Amino acid sequence: MTRVVRRRYLALKVECEGLVEQREVLDAVLNAFLRLFGEVGLSQAGLYLVSFDRERKYAVLRCSHKALPMVRAAVASMTKIGNQPATVHVQRVSGTLKALNKKVTNKRQAKP
Amino acid sequence: MKFSDLHLCVPLGDVEQARRMVAKSFELGYSRVGVPFSPNTKPSLIDGLRRVCGEFGLDFVTRLELAPKSSNELLGSLRRFRREFEVVSVLCGSKPVARQAAKDRRVDLLCFRALEPRKRFFDRAEAELASKSSAALEIDIAMVLGVEGFARVSFLSCLRREVAAARRFGVPVVISSGATEPLLLRKPYDSASLGLLFEMDLSVALEALSANPAGIVERNRAKLSPGYVALGVRIVRRGKGVD
Repeated sequence: MTRVVRRRYLALKVECEGLVEQREVLDAVLNAFLRLFGEVGLSQAGLYLVSFDRERKYAVLRCSHKALPMVRAAVASMTKIGNQPATVHVQRVSGTLKALNKKVTNKRQAKP
Repeated sequence: MKFSDLHLCVPLGDVEQARRMVAKSFELGYSRVGVPFSPNTKPSLIDGLRRVCGEFGLDFVTRLELAPKSSNELLGSLRRFRREFEVVSVLCGSKPVARQAAKDRRVDLLCFRALEPRKRFFDRAEAELASKSSAALEIDIAMVLGVEGFARVSFLSCLRREVAAARRFGVPVVISSGATEPLLLRKPYDSASLGLLFEMDLSVALEALSANPAGIVERNRAKLSPGYVALGVRIVRRGKGVD
């Protein structure tokens, strides 16, 4: 049976000086998306922060597959999280969480 | 796909910061970086940066950045320095300079650093001139990241018009980082996805980060090589003569 909503999961790497909270990361992504694509765009994107590893600064974000290019643009346009300068890089994109975790683990093992 | 960033603004006096930025570029997936120099940069500084890039296995491109006040000054600078650098970019601060740069075959990149629409001169006339020479339009991602609010609205609108004009006249577009610090660097795919903001398809944006800059560098390296004679003519072999 095909799923009604096709989703994409993005593995994100946050780069900044200090520690950041999950709420701050989500707010920053939502604000960046809202600024670039507006309220209608945000309502269609289905953005959801699945998980955030505070120590490793690694997040998993979920969105609708149609909104993926916009989400990538919004994430790339971020220059701040909270009050501190930050960058967010998209590490991998996948259709399922399981495949995403596998890809990220493989990448980490390949790069010691 | 090999990605190039032809505008990595490393601080020339600070070797450690330069190393950090070059290392970051390598980590993000670039295989070629171009560093802008003024015409009178000491060769020792250029060699130092070449060594740093060599440590990471990055292809180092020397880029001359000219900011002439008049078209005569531009012509003089091109005459003096063209053969000393692999890529020549011109900061177009006025319309006469922009027009001269667009029609001169020695210019590789046309840069517009102003945010105001009136100070950006890449219109259809400029694109038509550039299409007849070999100049490309350069877009710095750092400029897109550096503005907010209405300034960004008007800037993105300018970029959209410029990219449309370039597309219409077949002028290649080059996307560079323009980064002055590591936090302004983005992965090639992330930079390409920002092209969406000025109506650039992902495939076209990826070309602007890979094939277009590579084409410029390879063409100029061929021109600067000792065997080059003229367009399409090069010395294949020297020796006793041809029977």
